[in-house]
Amino acid sequence: MSITIPTYTSSTQEKDIWKLLEAVCDPEVPVLSILDLGIVRDVKLNDNGIEIIITPTYSGCPAMDAISMDIRLKMIEHGHKNVKITTILSPAWTTDWMSEAGKRKLLEYGIAPPRLLADRETTAHHIECPQCHSSNTKLLSQFGSTACKALYQCSDCKEPFDYFKCH
Amino acid sequence: MQDFNPSDNNKYFRKSEISAFPPSGGGVAAFTLHLADTNLILAQRNAEWCAHGPILEQDIAITNISLDLIGQARNFYQYAAQIINQSTDQFTNPATEDSLAYLRTEREFKNLLITELPNGDWAQTILRQFFYSVYQYGLYEQLQRGSDAQLAAIAEKSIKETTYHVKWSSEWVLRLGDGTDESNERMQKALQNTWAYTGEMFMPVDYEMATGIDFILLKDEWEKKVRTVLEEATLTYPGGTGNEKPIFMQTGGKTGVHTEHMGFILADLQYLQRTYPGANW
Repeated sequence: MSITIPTYTSSTQEKDIWKLLEAVCDPEVPVLSILDLGIVRDVKLNDNGIEIIITPTYSGCPAMDAISMDIRLKMIEHGHKNVKITTILSPAWTTDWMSEAGKRKLLEYGIAPPRLLADRETTAHHIECPQCHSSNTKLLSQFGSTACKALYQCSDCKEPFDYFKCH
Repeated sequence: MQDFNPSDNNKYFRKSEISAFPPSGGGVAAFTLHLADTNLILAQRNAEWCAHGPILEQDIAITNISLDLIGQARNFYQYAAQIINQSTDQFTNPATEDSLAYLRTEREFKNLLITELPNGDWAQTILRQFFYSVYQYGLYEQLQRGSDAQLAAIAEKSIKETTYHVKWSSEWVLRLGDGTDESNERMQKALQNTWAYTGEMFMPVDYEMATGIDFILLKDEWEKKVRTVLEEATLTYPGGTGNEKPIFMQTGGKTGVHTEHMGFILADLQYLQRTYPGANW
């Protein structure tokens, strides 16, 4: 049995790595890939292997250890053994890095997606209820089921829902 | 009678005492440990509310804050470990975030005294969080512009989380202070219990001298914000410059001299690693 040992030179391969990362999901919100979340900051290929640079969402997010492990497993699964995962803190992660596709997927999943940071203080953009799409909603608590979410309730359909808070 | 050789003394110390008291790595390591310890101890205290919060949403809120503080503490411990390991010889067991949190003694912990105070009632927990978060916000604001790149990065990351803590605790101070007679009375009592522990935040010790932090600015901004919120909450601001005698401020936490509560916190926090060294799951 022959094993193909990848060499890390061409940019095509860099693209392949990004494609593999697309398939790594957030363990807490499995509809989102880590690329949708914007936590993968860079991929570097060199003679020694692959370096993947990630940034945490919240300092205490327990999903980060699981995500690092999932990235490593995904790479190993595709024959990439020499993988270094580096965590950087600056620039600090923001929900503005979340992809439009990611926001759409969140809404379909029943979580209201984050507003842009620039719109945070404006009242013009109400948080829309992911169930009935009413904008007549109210904040129940700044802190929700995970560090990244706040708890809202719809005043029309009365359903409580998670809002992925703007950060 | 055997001759006494002072160098033999070393073998009676546990490794953690030799390597971390005072920490090798100098002032930056000590300062970083102070930041880590303060976050960890308050996180531990807040976590005691888990399943005891006044209502479910607030139980979740206080433990979420606890989680943020643990995350920030981890970043500081990891950095402290890195500095300590760079300056110790290869024969010493390397420091890790876990060894620094679980295997240091009470006198080695450098957390602010206010973080180790018992939770008391919800009013006291809220007020402690409010005082601390406002201070932490100002501190991170300065640190993120500071000369130490890693401390700046941790501060830049953490300040976003602290923003929520300030907002949440301010809202609670208003709600309780300007609430019922009983909630106001309890807040006033909490003020009496905690105020004497706020001064320590702004009194630098030796390892803070070279950090570049402007403690006067930090104090001014803190007082301004705290005064505004307390007055809006119809509470008496204790730091006024009237004729009353100034309140004596408690200090010692930053240099390892703690209140009687600290040993109990560590007993709880460190029990597992002390009893089953290296336990993992």
